[in-house]
Formats: sequence, structure tokens, C-alpha cells
Amino acid sequence: MNVKALLFGLLFLLPAPMWAQGYAGLGGSADGFDIPKQGYQFQFPRDHGPHPSFRIEWWYLTANLIGEDGRDYGVQWTLFRSALKPTQTDGWQSPQLWMGHAAVTTPDAHYLAERLSRGGIGQAGVTAAPYEAWIDEWHMRGPDPDTLTLTASGEEFHYDLSLTALGPLVFHGDAGYSVKSADGQASHYYSQPFYDVEGVLYLPDGDVAVTGQGWLDREWSSQPLAEDQSGWDWFSLSFDDGDKLMAFRLRGGRGDFTAATWISADGTATPLPDGSASFIPLETARVEGRDVPVTWQVTLPDYDLDVEVTALTPKAWMATRFEYWEGPVKVSGNRSGRGYLEMTGY
Amino acid sequence: MLLNIDKVQKSYPGGRPVLRDVSLTLDQGQTLALTGESGSGKSTLLNLAAALDSLDGGEITLDGTALSPLDDRGRATLRRQSISLVFQQFNLIPSLTVAQNLSFHARLTGREDTGWTAHLANRLGLSELLPRYPENLSGGQQQRVAIGRAMAAQPKLLLADEPTGNLDETASATVLDLMLSLVADTGAALLLVTHSQDIAARLDRHAHLTGGRIA
Amino acid sequence: MTWAVTQALLSHWRRHRLQLATLLIGIALATGLWSAVQAINAEARASYQRASDQLALGRYDELRDPSGPIPLARYVALRRAGWQVAAVLEGSLQVGDRRVQVLGVDMVTYPALPAVTQVEQSDTPPDPADMLTAPGRLLAAPDLAQTLGVRSDFPPILPSDALPSDLILTDIGVAETLLNQPGQISRLIVLPDQPMGIPPLSEIAPDLERINASTRLDTTQLTDSFHLNLTAFGLLSFAVGLFIVHGTVGLAFAQRRGMIRTLRALGVSMRRLVWMITAELTLLALIGGALGLILGFFLAGALLPDVAATLRGLYGAPVDGQMRLQPEWVVAGLAIALAGTLLASGHALHRLSRMPLLSGAGLQAWRGAASGRRATALIGLALIAGGFVTAYAFEGLVAGFAMVAGILTGAALVLPALLSFALSLLQRGARGPVTQWVWADMRAQLPGLSLALMALLLALAANIGVGTMVSSFRLTFTGWLDQRLTSELYVTAADDQQGQQIAQWLDPQVDAVLPIRSIELAHLSGPLFLYGIVDHQSYRQNWPLIASSDEVWDRVLAGEAVLINEQLARRSNLWPGDDLTLKPDQTLTIAGVYSDYGNPTGQAIVSMAQLDRIAPGADTRRFGIRLAPERATEMAQALRDQFDLPRQAVVQQASMKAQSLAIFDKTFVVTSALNILTLGVAGFAILTSLLTLWTQRLPQIAPVWALGLTRAQLARIELLRSVLLAALTAVLALPLGLVLAWALLAVINVQAFGWRLPMYLFPEDWAYLFALTLLAAFIAAALPALRLLCLPPADLLKVFAYER
Ligand SMILES: Nc1ncnc2c1ncn2[C@@H]1O[C@H](COP(=O)(O)OP(=O)(O)OP(=O)(O)O)[C@@H](O)[C@H]1O
Ligand SMILES: [Mg+2]
Repeated sequence: MNVKALLFGLLFLLPAPMWAQGYAGLGGSADGFDIPKQGYQFQFPRDHGPHPSFRIEWWYLTANLIGEDGRDYGVQWTLFRSALKPTQTDGWQSPQLWMGHAAVTTPDAHYLAERLSRGGIGQAGVTAAPYEAWIDEWHMRGPDPDTLTLTASGEEFHYDLSLTALGPLVFHGDAGYSVKSADGQASHYYSQPFYDVEGVLYLPDGDVAVTGQGWLDREWSSQPLAEDQSGWDWFSLSFDDGDKLMAFRLRGGRGDFTAATWISADGTATPLPDGSASFIPLETARVEGRDVPVTWQVTLPDYDLDVEVTALTPKAWMATRFEYWEGPVKVSGNRSGRGYLEMTGY
Repeated sequence: MLLNIDKVQKSYPGGRPVLRDVSLTLDQGQTLALTGESGSGKSTLLNLAAALDSLDGGEITLDGTALSPLDDRGRATLRRQSISLVFQQFNLIPSLTVAQNLSFHARLTGREDTGWTAHLANRLGLSELLPRYPENLSGGQQQRVAIGRAMAAQPKLLLADEPTGNLDETASATVLDLMLSLVADTGAALLLVTHSQDIAARLDRHAHLTGGRIA
Repeated sequence: MTWAVTQALLSHWRRHRLQLATLLIGIALATGLWSAVQAINAEARASYQRASDQLALGRYDELRDPSGPIPLARYVALRRAGWQVAAVLEGSLQVGDRRVQVLGVDMVTYPALPAVTQVEQSDTPPDPADMLTAPGRLLAAPDLAQTLGVRSDFPPILPSDALPSDLILTDIGVAETLLNQPGQISRLIVLPDQPMGIPPLSEIAPDLERINASTRLDTTQLTDSFHLNLTAFGLLSFAVGLFIVHGTVGLAFAQRRGMIRTLRALGVSMRRLVWMITAELTLLALIGGALGLILGFFLAGALLPDVAATLRGLYGAPVDGQMRLQPEWVVAGLAIALAGTLLASGHALHRLSRMPLLSGAGLQAWRGAASGRRATALIGLALIAGGFVTAYAFEGLVAGFAMVAGILTGAALVLPALLSFALSLLQRGARGPVTQWVWADMRAQLPGLSLALMALLLALAANIGVGTMVSSFRLTFTGWLDQRLTSELYVTAADDQQGQQIAQWLDPQVDAVLPIRSIELAHLSGPLFLYGIVDHQSYRQNWPLIASSDEVWDRVLAGEAVLINEQLARRSNLWPGDDLTLKPDQTLTIAGVYSDYGNPTGQAIVSMAQLDRIAPGADTRRFGIRLAPERATEMAQALRDQFDLPRQAVVQQASMKAQSLAIFDKTFVVTSALNILTLGVAGFAILTSLLTLWTQRLPQIAPVWALGLTRAQLARIELLRSVLLAALTAVLALPLGLVLAWALLAVINVQAFGWRLPMYLFPEDWAYLFALTLLAAFIAAALPALRLLCLPPADLLKVFAYER
């Protein structure tokens, strides 16, 4: 997921014209950065912390919540790390840059905020144990990732949530080695999709106590985009019966590349190769001047899955420095449930 | 002999001679009318006699003083002391009142006689007009002021260049009458340029200028 | 037909080349001086605008620590409490003989600056990694980039024309190294979007002060007065230039009346003629305007470096002394030339269009009606009264200038009536016929000359007024410098620690070491610099107090009271006995007010102990040193050697005074230059007026000449007349100039700078100006007089012979 976010590193300071430049720059070598290796042995708590020798990394939490008012809510909390060089130093001139995105989505509104920071001064960072990821006053913190408090705020919103993991970590692809293109670009990718969430959202209309489910993605890489790839559609779905699905499609000039992980209720993960899942946009909506698919047909014949995935609201556009769509969805069809959808490159 | 014009020649730069050989005399108390076609040189001759311009040849003598040796200042003194002028127009000093204009020349000569000036103003019918400025007068009134000023200075010689040229017949008759009677009263000599045979006939003598000579 | 008429109309200029030249010079002078001032103002304003756009100045609130730099940890603490702030580290750097400002911003969080955007959007954008990590990149204006380029110890330089000169923009990480201030932050800007529910500043950083963007004095506000000043001068010059145009056009039209009458008799319609003459004037205006623009461009180019130096010195405003040719400026210049020419010719054109086909001579119409003169004078008096009322009824600089404008215009309008009155008195007293005529004639001529004389009056009054203001200011300033700079030596240490060492080292060797310590506070009226002093005779005896209460020094030094500078006193209307709140819990009684020139901001003085209480631990890096004056040079050198101080860190009193005076003098270079030019233009206006009146003179002079005055006499009278009118005008200009000086010193200065200056009188200057005026009038009348002297009698005789 979030593959294109890799480019943030170069886009941090730069407006659109640099896009092509940065994109082209990424196509080739990894400039001294480490490259994900198949067969990598994860070690915890170390791998909960940052990997400065990789170019890009994120701590990406999304949650589907229901308020005491009975309405659906979605929450996003993301910390990106982007390295200009594969080293770490203290002070302003550290090449490690951090960016935070936070959002609350309601059935009719979307609130978001963005933060930026340098890596060497303590304004943002991640420690593995005790576990803390922070930028400014936003943080995701706990003794370990199983019990967390999560907070973020923007001009119009604030949230305080506590998260408890009810299942194991899930590793995508080949034991956490997730391939992103036919050319073999890949990332290290694991998740904690079993969070039980409760807390309070502070919104312009008033405070709402909420409960629900959360999903944390951890991913790092250095060079994952194939040259022809222009964007992706990424789904994390939780079905009412406890099974979960992570599935994405990278849209490329030479054809789409898809991958998925079927996560059964007990946490058993089954990686599914390119072509196992199909994604058909059924309906688009005009959001911030772009046509974004907001209803999808997702089919996964291996698991006899044929569902319609609909955005809670089309308004979940992240009008941040680098724009994308990220918001809660509802699932209906031969299975029902909820989840999150991310779409870039529209 | 008050005025003796002797073989005078005059030409303007770049033009044919205007006066070729003009001789003329005028005695104390005498009046002379000078006629001639337009452009024949009447005004030129008058201006020479008034010491306003310099001669090319010949000589003019006024009351025994030859004009050509005089410098600018000498001529100015002569004009001031002995001559009064009345022109067709623009005789008056625009910035001075009628009263001031009337007495101006007399005061320049130092011969101001307030009684005489008042008498003149009265005779010329100007008493009412004394505080006015020339621009507010009719042409005939202006000419009467000019005559009054000329006579107030008690000149030996009065030179007049078509003083009634701009006036209608009645006005011109009035002005001429006044002038002649004043000249007669003061005993001044008068040289008057005119186009009108009627006017010329009323003067003692008559000279006609043609081809640069007196016919 | 149009072509034939055009030829006929234009033939006039071929025969009157001098007149053509005068007209063009008039238009060019008016346009040139005005445009020069406009260009200077626009250039300076563009410079500030560039600087504030380029550096996002004045747009955000700021947090500062009054006692010194903000440590990095404090920034992080604020951020982690949710405060959205961006760090800035500033300082100055000596590069060769240039002193440059270094502005280090956190490029990641600081709002996008145009220079950065520009560099990034260029064809060869820098890699962000290079900008943000060592050694980093420096952004500088192209010419500074060149100077910096030779320094091998500097990071690579990226030239950007979106930066003020003398400024290096870079990432804060680079600035730390460049300025050798690791971990330090000068100020934090408060970003516009703040999250919900952040704790108040007093809870998390009580030692920081928030300064509102609006209360910071910005350059535009500060320099407004200066620009208004220049604009006023520009307008004055423009008006004076138009007098010339008016005169010349009036003459040309008068001389062409005959031709126009003939053309009309030949069947050319008046409308067509007016149309064609307007076209002709437009053409002349454009030619003159173009000449004026060239003149203005070079004039502005010549004056701009001084203006830039003044603005930098006086207000710290960033102005580069480079003139750029702006197309808008050219268009505006031509437009003003055209508008001015048509305005100045409107009267003549109107009269021409009303001229009956068979009119008589009509030249006498120049005599102004007495009633018109009275009405003008009444309007003038009303304007003067209005000016005073404005100044008393309204506050502010614009009201001040409105008052000056009212008084000046009013006085100019009253001038003809006053002159006429003076002449009528003289005329009444006159004995001889000739003198009587001279006075009468002068009065009659007044209407034709009055515009030029008004121009002269304005130029003279401006000269006297501004001259008095500048000289009074200089005298006050010199005296004030003597009082204020009592220490023989001033030394600036590199940091607090070196400061202490210097003080210790000096103590046994000199009479006294007076620490100069200051912090910056925010006051309602803007930034306020608070100084701490120790008890010393230097202060008690010399400090330039303009208002004080009993035992002022004892109370201040006991920590009970505070002294404030005049700017603060006037701006906030605070005087001895009032209270000044320095910090929420620190309020002191004001014991005295002192004068403080050349400084736009508020200032206050407390005892050193009091300052420590308000801002504990503020640096003491500056000291005044009292010692026998003859030892100053030797001690300065000893200090430099002992502490390895750069030359400029130890300054002697004498050179400090010299420097201050040099800046002062520079400030008024432009003003004096414009002053002289205005006077010159006024002289030229008299000349053109006299030339204009020339043809109309003959009917006045000819009868007098015919009655027995020589041409030499008349020429002398002509000269005398001009000189006399100028002298009368100058006599009237003196009181007007003094009123103007008073207005400048007591009204404009207070509004513009916050200080009121005592007025001194400089009679020698007046005498000089008077002589200059007479000379100008003499020279202006010399040409017509010479012409009269050489006039052939035949020309005078024509007056009587031909109808004109
Ligand atoms: N200043 C001058 N320059 C050149 N030529 C002149 C000048 N004044 C007069 N003339 C010429 O001299 C000649 C005589 O002129 P003058 O004025 O003496 O004639 P006039 O007899 O008075 O004519 P009028 O009856 O029309 O007044 C004319 O041909 C005239 O053109
Ligand atoms: Mg004639």
C-alpha cells in the first residue's frame, strides 16, 4: 500500500513540476539505500522501530468506528518516514524527514491535518520499546504495539483512542516480503489488523464516544514502483464473520498488478498471487475536481467472494501536499463488513 | 522756420527707397496737411520728423537742432521737450488712467500746468472719463485723450498720423475741430497726415507725397 | 486641407525655435521631476514589497525570548504541545567589505518562500537532500551570489532574484553553522493553522513573548513619511513645470491668433482647428514627456543610491540602489505629461475657441479684473484656514501634509492680491511720472506673471521651510549626539562570556565601564527596547531629558521608575507620572522622557537590577567606557589586541559621531537636490513668462518710448521690474517658509518620526537665498531686456501703424 508515498521524500518541499523529476529519479537505482530482501527475518521489537537505511517507511493506522449516536466514523493516523540519504544524524541536518497525516471521516464530512518534521531534533520519530511513534503532539504510544493510545488533532478535530490487539501480527506476501510489480519491486510489509478500539472524537458538531476496529500497517522499502505504474487502489476489509482481506491493484501501462492476503478470523494469513483478485469500478464521484471511483466490485474466486465496496462518503479526499483518497467503506454482497479504501493517482 | 526737412532719403532693409528726396518746411503756428497714396511714405516721413527713426540721407532740423547727429538719448530728449505725437491708434499707455495719460507727457517735460490740463480735459469733454483706463474708452475718446496729452505738454510741433483714420465721420470731425482750435490757441505748428481731401483743405498748406518726392 | 492647415500651424514653431524648445523643456522638466520621484518611490516600495513577500515578513505572529535566543529544546517542546511554529535563526555576517544578513529558516515547516519555489522550479532544481543536509545550499541575489562565490568555506550558492540584496537565505541547519550558533533559534513564527485545544503559551513557555504581526512596525508604515515627503516635492516640481508650459502655450497661441483668424476666414472650421491644435499639443506633450522620462530616469538613477542608503540607515528598510525601467512607469509618465500639458493649455485653448472671427487686438484682456483677483485671494485665505483646521482636527501624517498643502496653495493664491496691494501702495507714494508708470505697469503685468511668481513663491517657501527644518534638525541632532555619546569608547563583545572578561579586564584601567544591556519587549505601540543602566555621572549629567519629574535619576536607579524615549511618549501619550507596563506584572512610573533621534522604535530605560528582574540572564555584550579622551585610541587598540576583536567591535566616540552625522546628511541629500531643482525650474518659469509677455509688452512700451524715453532706460526698467517682483515675492516667501518649517518640525516630524524638534532661524541662509532669487530674476529678465535694448525703432513704430 501507499507505494506512491515513496515519492514524498522528494516532494516534501517541492510543488508539482518536481513530480516528474522525482518519479524519474526513483525508477533506477536505490542510491545506497537498502533494498528489501526475500527471506528477511523480522525481529521484534526492533522491527517496530524505524529502518533509516530504507528510503521510505510508514506506520499507518485506520479504524472503522461506530459512535454512540449510531453513526459510522473512520479514523486515519499515519506517520511517514522519508530519507534523503540512508543515514541518521542529530540536529536539523538529519536526512530523515517525517510527515504525519491524520483524518476523521463522518458520513458527511472529512477532517484532515498534516504535519512535517525533521528527524534529528526530536520533533518526530519512532521508538520500538517502549513503543512510540510521534510527530508534534500526535502520538501512537504504548508499552508495545498490543496496547496503544492514539491521538491527533487538526484545526477542526481531535481524537483520543485506545487500541487493544486481539490477534497476532499478519505478514503479507512471502513472510512479509510483498512484491509490487512484475519486475520484482517489493517491500517489507506486516500488519496488525485485530485492534479493538474505543475512545472519543472531538468534532465541530460535538464530542462522540466511539468503538470499533482498527488496522495498523507497517511497511518499508526503497524502490518499489515500476516505471509504468501510475497509481493504486488498496483495500483493507473486515467481514462481519471475522475474516479479513488486504488486496491491492497497482495500475500500470503494461497492465495491472494485483496481490491480496486472506486473513482468517484466527489470524492465519494466505497470500494470493497476481491475478487472484479483480477490481471493477462501478461508480465514480467528482471530488475536488477529479473523478474518483467510490463504488467497486471486488471479486476473489478462490474464496468465493463477490462484494460491492462503497465509500461511506466520497468526500474523504486527503488534500495534503501530495493528494490521494483515503476513507472508510462498507461491504455488501455475498459477504458484508467494513473497511478502508485508499486510491492514488486520480 | 520751425521744421526744415531737407532732401531726406529713407529706405527699409531689403526694400526699394521709400523717400527719395523729400524737402519740406514748416513755420511756427503753421498747419500742413500731408497726403499721398497708401504706402507712399507719409508715416515714414512723419516718424523721421518725430525723431523716432533715423535718416539715410539729407537732414531734418527742428528749431535749429539737426536730428541726424543725435544719439538715442538726444532724440528721446528732443521728443520729450519739443514734439507731441498723435497716431492712428495705440497712443495711450494702457496701464495708466485717462488723467494720468493726459498729464504724463507734460510731467515728463517738467512743464505740467494742472490748470491747463484741466482746461484741456474740459474742452475735450474728458472730465467724466478721467479715472478710466484707455481700454474702456471708445476710439474717438481715445483719440481725444491722445490730443489732450499732446497739447498738455505744450509742444512746439504737433505731429499727427491719420488721427481720425479709425473714426466715423462725426467723431472725426469733432476730433479734427478740437485739434485745430487747440493748435491755433497754443501757437504750435501742426503736420498732419491724412487721406482725406476735405481735411487737407481745412489746413493752411497742403503737400502731396508721391514716388518718394513731394509733388 | 488638413495637411495644408497642419503646415501652416507648424510653420509657427519653425519661426519660433526658442519657444518650441522652452515648451518642450517645460514639459520635460515637469514630467522628469515628477517621474523621477515616482520612480524612486516605486523602486523603494517595490524593494520592501519584494523583501516582505520574499521573506513572508509581517504576515505571522512571532514568539521571541526577550532575554536572547530560544534553545532548540524549547522549539521541540512547543511543537510537542501542539503549537505549530516554524524556527528562524538570523544573524549577520561580514563578507569582504559587505555586511550581509543570514536568514536561516526551517525549510521543512516554514511557509514556502518565493526564492525557494523559484529555485525549485528552475531548469536545474537542486536535490532537496542537498538543501537540507550538510553542507547545504545558500540562496542569494545574483550579485551577492557572485561576491559569496569566491569564499571556498561557504556552501554552494544558488542565485535567486527573488531575494533582497544583502541577504542570504538558507536552511536553519546551514545557518547554525554559518553563524556558529548551534542549537539556537532567533524567533519562532506562529503558523496560521493551529490545532484544537493547544495549551496557552503561558503554561508551556512563559518566558516567550508573542508579538502580533500587526503591532510590529513594518517598513511600509515607517517609510511612508519619507515617500510622502518625496511625493510632495515631486508634485511641487510638476506644478512649477506646468507654469512654464502654461506660459509658453499662452504665448504661442497669442502669436498665432492672426494666422488662425486668417485660416478661419479661409473656411477652416473652429472645431477642426481646435482638434488639430489639440493633436499638435498631444504630439508635443509626448515628445516632451519622452524627454522628461529620459531625464527622470537618469535623475532617479542618480538619486536612488542616496535614497536607498537613507532608507537603510534610517529605517533598516531593504532597498537596492538599482533602477529598473518599468513599462507602467513609462506609460504613467507620458500620461502625466499629456494631462499636464492639456491642463496647462486648456485655458489658452478655450480662449482661442471663443475668439470671434473678427476680433480686435484684444491683447489688453491680459489685465486681470480686480474682482477676479479678490475672489482668488479669498479662496487662498480659505485654503490657508482650512489647512490649519485640518491639522488641528485630524491626526496623522496625511493631515499634516494636507495642512502644508493648504497653506502653500492658499499663500500662492493670495500672492497676486498681496503683490498688487504692495504695488498700489508704492504707486501712491510715487512722485515722478515715470515711477508712477513703472508701478502701474507692473500691476498691469501681474496677471501674466503671477503664475510664475506663485511658482517662485512655492519654490522659495519650500527652500526656506525645508532648509530650516534640516538645519534645525542637524543642530539639534549634533547637540544630542554630544549628550548621548558620552563614553569615549564603545565595545561589543562576541558573547556574554567575552563581555564579562572584557569588563573585568577594563575595570582597573579606566574610569568606568558602563554595561549597555537591552532586551526587546512588545508594547501596544510596537516593539519596545528596554535598556538597563548603572548609576554614573555620565547619565545624570548628560542624558538629554526633555521632560522629567523630581529626583528622576534617583528614582530610576532605585528601580522605582522608568525613562522612556520621545517616540514612545508621543505615540502612546505617556508622560512623567504615567505608568508603563513592561510585562504583565511589571509596571513602573515614568520619571522622564528623553529625546532619541534616528530610531523608529520605542525605548525605555530602567536600572540594571530592574532589567535583571524583568529578563534574567540577558546578555551583556556592549559597554561604554569612560576614560581620559587622549587614551581612547590606545585603549581601543589594546582591547582589539587583547580579545582579538574585529575592528568594528571597538568604536571611538568621535568616529561614531562622524558616522551618525554622515548618515544624517545622506538623509537629506535628495531633499536638497529636489529643492535646488525646484528653484531652478521656478527661475525658468519666470523667464518663460517674461518671454511670453514680450509681444504684449510692445504696445505698453511703444507709447512711452514715443513720448521720449530711451530704449536703454526702458530696458533698465524691465530688469528692475523683474528683480523687484522677485524681491517682493521673496519677502513674502520668508514668513511662508517659516510657517512651513514650523509645520514640518512640529507637525510632520512628530507624525512621521515621533519627535518634535526645536526651530532655529538661519538668517544667513535666507540672505543667500534672497540673493540667489534676485540673481535668478535678473538672469530671467536679462534676455527680454537685451532684446528691448536692441529693438529696431521700426518694430516699435509698427505698433502705431498696423492693427494687431
Ligand atoms: N518697418 C518696415 N520695414 C520694411 N518696410 C516698411 C516698414 N515700414 C514701412 N515700410 C514700407 O515702406 C513703405 C512706406 O510705408 P509708410 O507706412 O510710410 O506708408 P504710408 O504712406 O504711411 O501708407 P498708409 O497710407 O497706408 O499709412 C511701404 O511700402 C511699406 O511697405
Ligand atoms: Mg501711414
